Amino acid sequence: MNQLIDWVSQPWPWYVAGPLIGLTVPALLILGNKSFGISSSLRHVCAICIPAKIPFFQYNWKKEMWNLMFVVGVLLGGLVATTFISNPDEIVIASQTQADLAALGITDFSGLMPSDIFSWENLFTAKGLVFFVLGGFLVGFGTRYAGGCTSGHAIMGISSLQWPSLVATIFFMAGGFLMTQVFLAPLMKLVGF
Amino acid sequence: MKVAERTIQEAICDAPNSQESGEKGLALVKYLILGVLFGIVFVKAEIISWFRIQEMFRLDSFHMYGVIGSAIVTGIISIQLIKRLKIKSIAGEEIKIPTKEFRKGQIYGGFIFGLGWAITGACPGPLFAQIGSGFTVVLITLLSAIAGTWVYGKFSDKLPN
Repeated sequence: MNQLIDWVSQPWPWYVAGPLIGLTVPALLILGNKSFGISSSLRHVCAICIPAKIPFFQYNWKKEMWNLMFVVGVLLGGLVATTFISNPDEIVIASQTQADLAALGITDFSGLMPSDIFSWENLFTAKGLVFFVLGGFLVGFGTRYAGGCTSGHAIMGISSLQWPSLVATIFFMAGGFLMTQVFLAPLMKLVGF
Repeated sequence: MKVAERTIQEAICDAPNSQESGEKGLALVKYLILGVLFGIVFVKAEIISWFRIQEMFRLDSFHMYGVIGSAIVTGIISIQLIKRLKIKSIAGEEIKIPTKEFRKGQIYGGFIFGLGWAITGACPGPLFAQIGSGFTVVLITLLSAIAGTWVYGKFSDKLPN
């Protein structure tokens, strides 16, 4: 049993994780005739909590409760994995990425997220404004404008051979490359790294 | 009524629910369990890591490309099997996958999301798993993402689409 726990506690390789994630597609279809997608949960939260008579949030969200159950599950899954089968060792990242990020001012390479950025102390600082508030806003606004995120478009959409999802995915990647390669360094400098 | 229903389904777009029969209470627990399994994979494959997303956008590692690529291949094979073998849902319904219509939003919105993805190191799914993994400050990112969704909803008819 202990050996099993040690074994699953290591980071899982892509060829294990990818197919497991892909299996979510048929699992949702067979369990309840549902298409995989996560960013819609943000819309349901708006529709439930702050609809403000906006037509975009006027729909039968009760029918979409499954989507909120799913994301609560994802949160709990994060808790379960971190509590019971967490990797005891430091994360191993590509040496080039580590060198580049160290040059930008990141010092903590011990966990999944650098504490230089993702800590409560940064909340009311320029770092917090960029990494939590601006970043989160772009994710929420962009996914809804695009009609989906990595799950709804890149995985579900491309899996069902829908070319608009491929277009969306290409632009997800384009935005990510541009931010990482061009804007991130000056942005980090600006916020005090 | 049919047309109105269809419009709503299209509007909900990325995760349409094609099930005819309603589900309440305990019937929803299966989605919670599926979510838990999914969240565990997210953490164990380090997809929720800001570092892994940086690696991906710096082309320094194959990991994320392998994860997303093999997930898509698995999805394609599964959907083809469901279609060809005419597999039904457990409620006995024919499985439907609504069509995604092309809109300019997939370009503009996709690009905007990409910018945010590289900052937060998370798409919407991993946001939830990051919070569960103890990075509780990501709750602020999530609230801001909800605000972004709301602002899109408020101005959706004024944006090019």
